[in-house]
Amino acid sequence: MSGNIVIVGAGQAGAQAVQSLRAEGVEAPIIMIGDEAYPPYQRPPLSKAYLLGNFERPRLFLKADSYYPESHCELVLNTSVAAIHRAERIVELSNGRKIDYDKLLLATGARVRRLRCPGADLAGVHYLKTIADVDGLQEVFQAGKRIAIVGGGYIGLEVAAVGAKRGLDVTVFEAMDRLMARAVSPALSDFYASEHEKAGVTLKLKTGVEAIEGNGKVERVIAGGQSYPCDIVLVGIGVIPCDELAAKAGLGVSDGIVVDRNARTGDPHIWAAGDCTRHVGREGHEIRLECVQNAIDQAKHAAMAMAGRPKSYSEVPWFWSDQYDLKLQIAGLAQPTDMLVQRGDPASRKFAVFHLRDGKVAAVEAVNAAPEYMIGKKLIAEGKPIDAARLADLSIPMKQMA
Amino acid sequence: MAGQKYKATYIESTGQAHTVEVPEGWSLMEGAVKHLIPGIDADCGGACACATCQVYVAPGWEAKLPPKTDMEETMLDFAPDVKANSRLSCQLRMSAELDGIVLNLPKTQHM
Repeated sequence: MSGNIVIVGAGQAGAQAVQSLRAEGVEAPIIMIGDEAYPPYQRPPLSKAYLLGNFERPRLFLKADSYYPESHCELVLNTSVAAIHRAERIVELSNGRKIDYDKLLLATGARVRRLRCPGADLAGVHYLKTIADVDGLQEVFQAGKRIAIVGGGYIGLEVAAVGAKRGLDVTVFEAMDRLMARAVSPALSDFYASEHEKAGVTLKLKTGVEAIEGNGKVERVIAGGQSYPCDIVLVGIGVIPCDELAAKAGLGVSDGIVVDRNARTGDPHIWAAGDCTRHVGREGHEIRLECVQNAIDQAKHAAMAMAGRPKSYSEVPWFWSDQYDLKLQIAGLAQPTDMLVQRGDPASRKFAVFHLRDGKVAAVEAVNAAPEYMIGKKLIAEGKPIDAARLADLSIPMKQMA
Repeated sequence: MAGQKYKATYIESTGQAHTVEVPEGWSLMEGAVKHLIPGIDADCGGACACATCQVYVAPGWEAKLPPKTDMEETMLDFAPDVKANSRLSCQLRMSAELDGIVLNLPKTQHM
């Protein structure tokens, strides 16, 4: 038996797993397989500083190139995995190479959901997930160009903010009646809508895109029965977990690879971490998280379990988004039935919304409000009962809530 | 500008020192993370969103650093084991003036 640890996927979770396995003292050879041309890199800056052009490509990489050989990790790039043969404990690569494993981590991530409307395949329709995507977009992302953004979520709005800053003519089309509807409370949606409009972005809410038209390349978007001329279309309508390889191997899959709190699949030799997984969250229901935090924490837990020191994963999820000079920080997972407590005035561009459930903080959304975010996160983790009136009272410093 | 590199020394809480070269304009967090110096997690990758890249700046270097922004100040407020010479290394950019800077690392970065 080789004792190899094979990691499928060279993203944030994969890189974290290498780091955590070595930190746990695991010495087995590691082989990490990625289907992109690059070693593991940070995706968050892609739609922010990297697109803006003030973050050079080398800074995106999570580790120095020398890190992988020094860590006895073989990086196999530009290569996908064709199959997992669980009985023989072998992964078969697209180039025919077969690698045996003792432990396997699936960190396959997610891929963009593609637009399905007439004209969706025209030249000039862009997505944003990889370095290659941004480099392609960058070539046409110039002042004066008209960009139609499909989807008013994190990606669409971060690109809108960068576009407005760089002098593009930006229109955002969102099918729902508010921005970031899946991620934030209505107060935040309204605040961000007014900020984008102030920056010159045109917002079309409750307006789904019906078609993209043009002669060989995009020339206009048809939405809500109207025609909007444009030069570029950027689609940001969510991601789909890459769980097909696991499903093909007969592992439990349900819109994500099903894992337990030790990041373990139903096969004792196979773990999974990051955007590709579905797990029972700290609140007891099944969730699928798409964020850096989950990639890092789940990979750490997979590494601990592989090292024979499993620890139950119950970290509070956190997220952030940079749009203009606004730092949005979110901790916890909101529910539509939560009681909302606002702290601070949105007009001051510094405020927070707390989500209370059973008298405790379940989630916090903070705009330019680090204390609210940091203390809020702590309150969520501790699950202490909290008084709503005190939380809303700006004269009481956040530190006194802890 | 591009290509110029300067030295930074990171000292773990155990006393183990690591000297690495950090390109000009990069953050001192990036200099540590890419070379896998233990003690700096920087989970958010430098967005000043997680406060897990705290360092203690060695005497003599503090005055050469830019003042803290409000965001750094408030994030630091909530980091563990904060001292007067604490900074978030994601907010410090390498420059000729900082060539040779010495940073001490805390024991843990998580609350």
